[in-house]
Amino acid sequence: MTAYIGKRLLAAIPVILGLSIIVFLVMKLIPGDPAQALLGSYATPENVERINRALGLDRSWPEQYVIWIGNLLHGDFGRSYILNRPVLDEVLERFGATLILAGASLVLCSVLGILAGIASAVRQFGWTDRIITFFVLIGISMPAFFLGLVFILFFAVQWRLLPASGMYAVYGGGDLLDLLRHLILPATTLAIVATGVVARLTRAAMLEVLRQDFIRTARAKGLTENKVIYRHAFRAALVSIIPVLGIQAGFVLGGAVYIETVFQWPGLGQMLVKAVSTRDLLLVQGGVLVAATVYVLVNLLADVAQAMLDPRLKA
Amino acid sequence: MIRKWKGIAPLLLAATALALVSPAMAQTPPNILVIGQIAEPASLDPHVSTAANDFRIAVNLYDGLVRNKPGTLEIEPALATDWTISEDGLEYTFNLRKDVKFHDGTPFNAEAVKFNFDRMLKEDSPYASTGPFPLAFFFSSVKDVSVVDDLTVKFTLNEPFAPFMSNLASPTGLIVSPAAVEKYGKDYGRHPVGTGPFKFEEWQSNTSVVASRNDAYWDGAPELEAVIFRPITDANTRVAEMLSGGIDVLLETPPDNVAQFRNDGNYHVVEAVGPHVWYVMLNAKDGPFADKRVRQAVNYAVNKESLVNDVLQGTADVSSGPIPPAFNWAYNQDVAPYPYDPAKAKELLAEAGAEGAKLTFLVTEGGSGMLDPVPMGTAIQADLAAVGLDVEIKTYEWNTFLSEVNPGLEGKGDMAEMAWMTSDPDTLPFLTLRTAAWPAEGGFNSSYYSNPEVDDLLNKARLSTDPQERGALYKQVQAITHDDAPWLFVANWKQNAVVASSVGNFELQPDFSLVLRDVTKQ
Repeated sequence: MTAYIGKRLLAAIPVILGLSIIVFLVMKLIPGDPAQALLGSYATPENVERINRALGLDRSWPEQYVIWIGNLLHGDFGRSYILNRPVLDEVLERFGATLILAGASLVLCSVLGILAGIASAVRQFGWTDRIITFFVLIGISMPAFFLGLVFILFFAVQWRLLPASGMYAVYGGGDLLDLLRHLILPATTLAIVATGVVARLTRAAMLEVLRQDFIRTARAKGLTENKVIYRHAFRAALVSIIPVLGIQAGFVLGGAVYIETVFQWPGLGQMLVKAVSTRDLLLVQGGVLVAATVYVLVNLLADVAQAMLDPRLKA
Repeated sequence: MIRKWKGIAPLLLAATALALVSPAMAQTPPNILVIGQIAEPASLDPHVSTAANDFRIAVNLYDGLVRNKPGTLEIEPALATDWTISEDGLEYTFNLRKDVKFHDGTPFNAEAVKFNFDRMLKEDSPYASTGPFPLAFFFSSVKDVSVVDDLTVKFTLNEPFAPFMSNLASPTGLIVSPAAVEKYGKDYGRHPVGTGPFKFEEWQSNTSVVASRNDAYWDGAPELEAVIFRPITDANTRVAEMLSGGIDVLLETPPDNVAQFRNDGNYHVVEAVGPHVWYVMLNAKDGPFADKRVRQAVNYAVNKESLVNDVLQGTADVSSGPIPPAFNWAYNQDVAPYPYDPAKAKELLAEAGAEGAKLTFLVTEGGSGMLDPVPMGTAIQADLAAVGLDVEIKTYEWNTFLSEVNPGLEGKGDMAEMAWMTSDPDTLPFLTLRTAAWPAEGGFNSSYYSNPEVDDLLNKARLSTDPQERGALYKQVQAITHDDAPWLFVANWKQNAVVASSVGNFELQPDFSLVLRDVTKQ
């Protein structure tokens, strides 16, 4: 197992390196540069040149890339051109917030999705199944940013039950309860689409398992229905559910980009959107690097969990 | 046991939910003002920063030598009590205010002033590396800053430069604490120290910037105990925060929401003119717009009233030329906007033989001061179609748009949207309408307008230090360019803010800054 994990981690290095080259090239190929973003309508060639010189952007592309990689190996992510602060400070500060939001959503969508999927599979074609399938369809089809605004409208504006945006209250607050109050709406919004996907796939996996011989045997042995479903069927279905959760982890990380904007959640996604529009290359690189690493790790984790659950995959 | 849990679980869930939501959302506390801004500031170093959004915070932390008198664009003393300008317009000597201290306790004096300008302007300054300073060119005419005595400082210019005083009153002219720059170096922008009415306390990334009252403020301590700036990027969320009581001041309200707040007794809508011009430049070098009659024709053809009232929902006024009315001393009242007259437009097009001309129109998707560029672009396209002009729109993301338009329109298009916000009436025409400002010369005259008379007037206005004489020259510029129609003149934006009824004395300033020293809150 350790060798397998080691091999997978090594394989991730060229993936991340390749990604950083692609991001670098794309950012260089789209028109506009940080000097222009800083100067706006004052971007005369003369001013642009002055700023580029100050930022070290007057060097050739390969030179810039090599300098960046070289610094990276020393743990230096560089300084953001626009924010004028170390990239690593900014990325780490933002990453914590994204992790909380994405983590909460992942837990929500896993628990709710699996429960709904099981309930739906157990009563296939019954009313429970139909109602769940209906809501799952709505959940999957609803644009999350729209749903977010609807939530804000009702829970924050109409009923004033929950805060509309932010991660902590700007005065007072700052404790766990405050965080949870701010987390409910964005985490739920972000979890809804993923919940639908998890529910659908859980239902399919459960249906397949429930038709198999060992389930009939279990029932024939006289086990209670609960035991048959949770001890036997669900454990077998989990093997095909786990990779879906891995994919959903990627989805909530990606979805965080627009949910963070709607709820003003101070996370990585929102930072990346702004960094791209201001051509803040080093900040984009730093953010993408961290997000990609997490994505690779989560998927590795999902694969390992799957292998541990299913002895056939261990080899 | 499990059975019992099953019974209790929903109760527990309900209790948790109640604990989370039951304290009804508190209003913001008295004497603490919470402001919803459009974005997180990039830096609170006023010399590094370029965005109006950042300056709204900076002007409350810092003072400049001079400032704009509240509600106007006229200069009044701030850290300098008075000044003299030499006959030849080359030497400005300022007497500085006594006993002013930076928030870190270090004294404000002539040395500090010199430090600030040397840092921005001298590449060999030991603190040049704490930049870059993108807008330092506002002071590029400064040759030398010298300390006469502790409270007297003298600026020597290369050439007479009348906008110098307005530029000193702009946020780029704010004075930072030398000791703090020395202490924090490149990270100074996150540890700002000034002399202003509020002291910087804390900056939480993308959550808030907090500043507290400076009890020792030279102009009288402000009423408010603290000000909290909250970035809320999404306009709908910003409106929702205002409606749910999470903020007291909402900046840049989307046009569609202004009416809603206007009709609600819990809020006030505050408006002010700003030195903003929104226009469409017309390529005078190649294509149909080389003919003045065609340029005038589009000015008649477009219904500007409908643009500002319907598309912008009354958040702007129709503009008549390159100088906005906010510069009241330089604005020519006698020049009226082109009326909406499609018949006259058709007549002019026929005279010029440009009926049915095909035109390419570069439109941006967003950008600083661009208001609602896509709907505005399509409305203009429709009005021009009504007089028989066939306009093709090309849309670009803002930075891409700038890199298309700034090098010049030749070979790329006939018209392009643009907007400017400036601190002096000189800036916009000087950079965009002179012959010597064609892109090849390093200026922003991307549509190649050229009129020697205008060139002459603009150069003269730069040399004159008498505001009245300068004003008269700009009034002539307005009249001539109105007739020459190098642009389709469209709108001057009115800034707006919505404030909760508990907030008093809140005013927007024509220079787009946000002066909070006199604001109160119950």
